[in-house]
Amino acid sequence: MKRSLTVLDPGPLTTVQDCGRPGWAHLGVPRSGALDRPAASLANRLVGNPDSAAVLETTLGGVTVRTSTAMTLAVTGAECPVTVDGRPAPLGEPLALGSGQTLLVGPATRGLRSYVAAAGGVQVAEVLGSRSTDTLSGMGPDPVSAGAVLPIGDPLHAPHGVDVSVVRRPPDPVTLRVVPGPRTDWFIDEAMTTLTGSTYTCSADSNRVGLRLHGPRLVRERSEELPSEGLVLGAVQVPASGEPLVFLNDHPTTGGYPVIGVVRPEDLAVCAQLRPGDRVRFAAARGAG
Amino acid sequence: MSRVRIIRVGLEAVLVEVTDTAEATALYAEARRRAVEAVDIVPAAQTVLFSGVPDVDALVASLAGWSLDAPSSEDGPVVEVPTRYDGPDLEAVARLWEMTTAEVVRTHTGTEMVVAFCGFAPGFAYCTGLPERLSVPRLDTPRTRVPVGAVGLAGSFTGVYPTASPGGWQLLGRTDLTLWDPSRPEPATLSPGTRVRFVEVGR
Repeated sequence: MKRSLTVLDPGPLTTVQDCGRPGWAHLGVPRSGALDRPAASLANRLVGNPDSAAVLETTLGGVTVRTSTAMTLAVTGAECPVTVDGRPAPLGEPLALGSGQTLLVGPATRGLRSYVAAAGGVQVAEVLGSRSTDTLSGMGPDPVSAGAVLPIGDPLHAPHGVDVSVVRRPPDPVTLRVVPGPRTDWFIDEAMTTLTGSTYTCSADSNRVGLRLHGPRLVRERSEELPSEGLVLGAVQVPASGEPLVFLNDHPTTGGYPVIGVVRPEDLAVCAQLRPGDRVRFAAARGAG
Repeated sequence: MSRVRIIRVGLEAVLVEVTDTAEATALYAEARRRAVEAVDIVPAAQTVLFSGVPDVDALVASLAGWSLDAPSSEDGPVVEVPTRYDGPDLEAVARLWEMTTAEVVRTHTGTEMVVAFCGFAPGFAYCTGLPERLSVPRLDTPRTRVPVGAVGLAGSFTGVYPTASPGGWQLLGRTDLTLWDPSRPEPATLSPGTRVRFVEVGR
């Protein structure tokens, strides 16, 4: 029998994600890929997958899947209850499921996104070298739906034993280090101080495109329209509302609002785990030179 | 290189700002010619972004020696876009351009264009070539659905919708050419730097 996972309940939003499709931005293709890269990588390591294998990324509500055959799964990321056929199972450890068993990843109790890896990886069709769902452009597979049968590859390696079971609890408030630029000079001098001296809260409008924030507005010095320009992952853009947002993996490739700074790459994983109402601070970081 | 501003973006990206779209197109062509090491090189209206650059300092140092004055390589093939000029905004554009619809078609098909950049949607190309005086505004109220292959104007750009989507461009007509196919090695028919000519076909 072919290895597969049948989705019994996709939760509010569950997508297939891998390392995404960087390198196509000049054609307007977002990079996509797992938002909490370290958690996705850990899930893959636990089941013996290469880092590039596709996993499931849940959003707040978890996911329920049933195995076609015996296979090893692992759940990482947000803290949440996990059960196998109703019996509690650990986060951050390889779970050996038998044929026809049900893995339930419950609603996140801390953090937002859980990752489910299966030994062999989720083998939906690749689009431009990636199996990731891009929620902005619609590229890649559709979000996972109830009844979907996800093909799973053959395992490459034996599952790893647990080295360190990492459940990272984001501090409260989270501090994101931000490198000023490229358009800091489009804001009044005090804007950077406002950004780094205030506490922002995550908006419920946040998604895979960006972490939207509520808090003190950043006031522009220059009011003219900025010609659209290329955007990087982690860009802190200030739209017309004046409230900043941090662009995550499904961000558009170009944008016409000024970017006041860029969040350091190591600090983006925590952005994936912030829930509406969570508190965020920014700290000015030095650039490369 | 004169007239340019080099701005660092985060830890591993550089935004190079020039004065107009023609220069951005030339800068992008030069970046491709030099095979700059970067994960993404993204041209836009007045900038080129280099992101995922392994050695930002070396790139910044090298940029000083680039020339934008040499004509960008014009040896590439011209992609012809067979177009039926029967779009809902053809007459409105004719009024804006103060000419007949036949003259609009002649002007549009008689202009050799080049793709300056892509954006808005995968494979959506912003083609330049029309003079600034023929700029047209976007629709006040964007259409909720523009069909695949619609050929439209916004500002002095010409664009072709690679997939059906909402949109505010003034539509001149429609092409059956496949603009976007991610199963091809080169998924976009119109990628930055591509020369383009619109060709009228029967209605």
